[in-house]
Amino acid sequence: MLEISNLIKRYGHDEPVLQGLDLVVEDNSVVAIVGASGAGKSTMLRCINRLVEPTSGSIRLNGMELVSLRGSTLRKARRKIGMVFQGFNLIDRLTVMENVLAGRLGYVSLFQAITRRYPPQDIERAFTLMERVGIAQYSNKRADELSGGERQRVGVVRALMQEPEVLLADEPTASLDPRTSEQIMMLLQSLASELSLPVLINIHNVAQAKTYTERIVGLRHGKMIFDGAPADFNKEALDAIYGGIEAPDDEIIAEPAQAAKKNAKKKEVTDDRL
Amino acid sequence: MTASDDDGTTPRTWRKPPFIANPLLRYGLLAVLVIYLVWAFGSLPFNWERISQGLPRAARIFGGGFPPSFERFDLLLTGFKESLQIAVLATLLGVLLSIPFAVMAARNVAPLPVYLLGRAVIIISRSFHPVIVAILFVAAVGFGPLAGILTLTLYSIGFVGKLLAEEIEEIDWGQVEAMKATGAGYFAVLVYAVFPQILPRQVGLSMYQLDSNLRASAVVGIVGAGGIGSTLMNAFGRYDYAFAFAILLVIIAVILVSEGVSGWVRKKIW
Amino acid sequence: MVDQADALADRVWKRYDRKEQLIRYGVMLLTLMLVVWAVKDIDIFWPWVWDAPNQISSLGGRMWPPDPGRLGEIVNAMIETVHIATLSTMLTIFIALPVSYIAAQNTTPNRACLWLGRFILVSSRSVNTIIWALLFVAIFGPGVLAGILAIMCRSVGFIGKLMGEAIEEIDRRPVEAMEATGASKLKVIAYAVVPQVMPAFFAIVILRWDINIRESTVLGLVGAGGIGVILQGSIDTFAWRTVATILIAIVTLVLIGEAITGLLRRKVI
Repeated sequence: MLEISNLIKRYGHDEPVLQGLDLVVEDNSVVAIVGASGAGKSTMLRCINRLVEPTSGSIRLNGMELVSLRGSTLRKARRKIGMVFQGFNLIDRLTVMENVLAGRLGYVSLFQAITRRYPPQDIERAFTLMERVGIAQYSNKRADELSGGERQRVGVVRALMQEPEVLLADEPTASLDPRTSEQIMMLLQSLASELSLPVLINIHNVAQAKTYTERIVGLRHGKMIFDGAPADFNKEALDAIYGGIEAPDDEIIAEPAQAAKKNAKKKEVTDDRL
Repeated sequence: MTASDDDGTTPRTWRKPPFIANPLLRYGLLAVLVIYLVWAFGSLPFNWERISQGLPRAARIFGGGFPPSFERFDLLLTGFKESLQIAVLATLLGVLLSIPFAVMAARNVAPLPVYLLGRAVIIISRSFHPVIVAILFVAAVGFGPLAGILTLTLYSIGFVGKLLAEEIEEIDWGQVEAMKATGAGYFAVLVYAVFPQILPRQVGLSMYQLDSNLRASAVVGIVGAGGIGSTLMNAFGRYDYAFAFAILLVIIAVILVSEGVSGWVRKKIW
Repeated sequence: MVDQADALADRVWKRYDRKEQLIRYGVMLLTLMLVVWAVKDIDIFWPWVWDAPNQISSLGGRMWPPDPGRLGEIVNAMIETVHIATLSTMLTIFIALPVSYIAAQNTTPNRACLWLGRFILVSSRSVNTIIWALLFVAIFGPGVLAGILAIMCRSVGFIGKLMGEAIEEIDRRPVEAMEATGASKLKVIAYAVVPQVMPAFFAIVILRWDINIRESTVLGLVGAGGIGVILQGSIDTFAWRTVATILIAIVTLVLIGEAITGLLRRKVI
């Protein structure tokens, strides 16, 4: 279980990027975090594993306070937090297997890491997980030889190799085509229940959020302004979160005709001046 | 990779695929490396007796050399001034001469025999360390900055000429064709289609070469081709380590300033 | 409608505007002044300049045909030169890599280390190999040790600077991912930094080996071993035809070196 209380993140003397967030995520649940760019979604996620330092507040994972950890205790805690990235963040020149095994770096010695002599249980677990997501046949291929969807699956397996107690996904599907996105979202959803994990997913695509998650949290300018079931996420909620900032993906897709009319109008004005 | 048993008791194994796949080649190379190291170290003549005198000598040298002595500052200044003059003139001559040689050494604008000649000149200019070239010029025209200028001019032609030739080979051919289509002669085409594509970089290259030549002029002086290198050699010869250290500091300072200025100028014109 | 004449009058094509013109002329004037000063002030006996082509060809004549008399000695010295270059390059790697690590802004542990690393690299690069050789000959006496140390001192700066730049240019995302798994600093470097800089590493070391071969040929001129010793000896005794043989040998060595480095680059990178 992940408990975030009064999380604040401020850079210098600017407006805080995160303004007192409170969030509790139970095991075996998938939470989608939506919001415009700059709303604080990425920052919040990175505060959890301290890739970004929170200014104040508390984050507890299964009772352990994360905000105050340092050095090797921080590293040990990070082992328990798996993260999947928008850009996949793989090591391109290494093989898929090495990328996957890198998830165990927090557990093995430096010698084992450098010589790639991981314990047999790790290797077995790697193969099993890769088979589960369907990439086992690529184990000795270079990571950059895979397609986008396959690479994200490598990223997911790497996170799972850590035997995490929570899974964080920072816009895992933003770089993927619609069909592959669906596959990844389905994967994350089923993993949450198979492994009984709390899963937090930053996502732009509201339609996918509604389909694959059971709870939506909406952020705007660092404040949480929606927390409820997908069914309750109506147009009002959408406007409250995105209104006046930018249109999320599904609004543009749903109304192409309107958008074309708007653009046509703009052109007329500039032509007149000439 | 071995397949697991049905009941999963034997875990699968995996080893990182080695950098060199063929084990014969891999161990062969390793063996060659070890043999080479043993052979090389073994065959090199080390005068251990003289070497063991090294540390006390070093102490004496550094002790004598510190603090650096600027007593003969006027000598230093003259030497440095000469280095600057050598560098300026050699860069000017070298850059100007490198243009025709670069044109000659570019496959796409020069006929084959001319190309071969141009390439040969550039390769020979680059094969010899400037110090060797300096010694030869000193033997031919005597001690002094003339030898230095000739050496660094050749050095510049080799360096700038090669880069220019490569640039000429990579130009947009469409512009050349356009000029030819207007009926322009060979040299007009050169001036209007080729040069505009390569000259912008020429200024940057010249600054870079001026910087290189300034450094090199400090060195060719060691064999008598003028400049601050000669001053340094004299100091070493007289065991005047304090002065030598002062000269060294000035050389380093000049190099740093020159690199900084050259970098700044090149950024401005980019 | 706009007045045609006025419009045409404004349409003059100037390649450079006022300010740019001034700067261009200013720079050209400055350069001209510099050159004129250099020509007038330099300590050259001008009659010798006009005689130079004559002198050069006369020297060339004395070097022809090349004398193969001491070929055996020359070949041995060439091998010694290659050893000096190769061994120094190998040893330099062990020093240059840690220095490049602390001199790279994204991997350096603290500012003091950053400045230390940069200082080492700048000192190494600002002092020419030959000057290092002079110093080491004064300390350890003439011989190959001085040569090896001199090449090492110069190569550290070259390899260190370029490797430092390679480290600074890596993609940060794998670093972030490795940190997120709870890996320690060293493991992060081993997995996220090293694989990314490997191609650059090989290219840089191969390039420096090539340069070092050239540098090693002249070390002997100040006594630091290699073919330069025989070359200096022959010049001192005016044995020009032997000098010619040595020069040919040097060109051959450089060409072989280029061929090997070309081959290595294709295979390894």
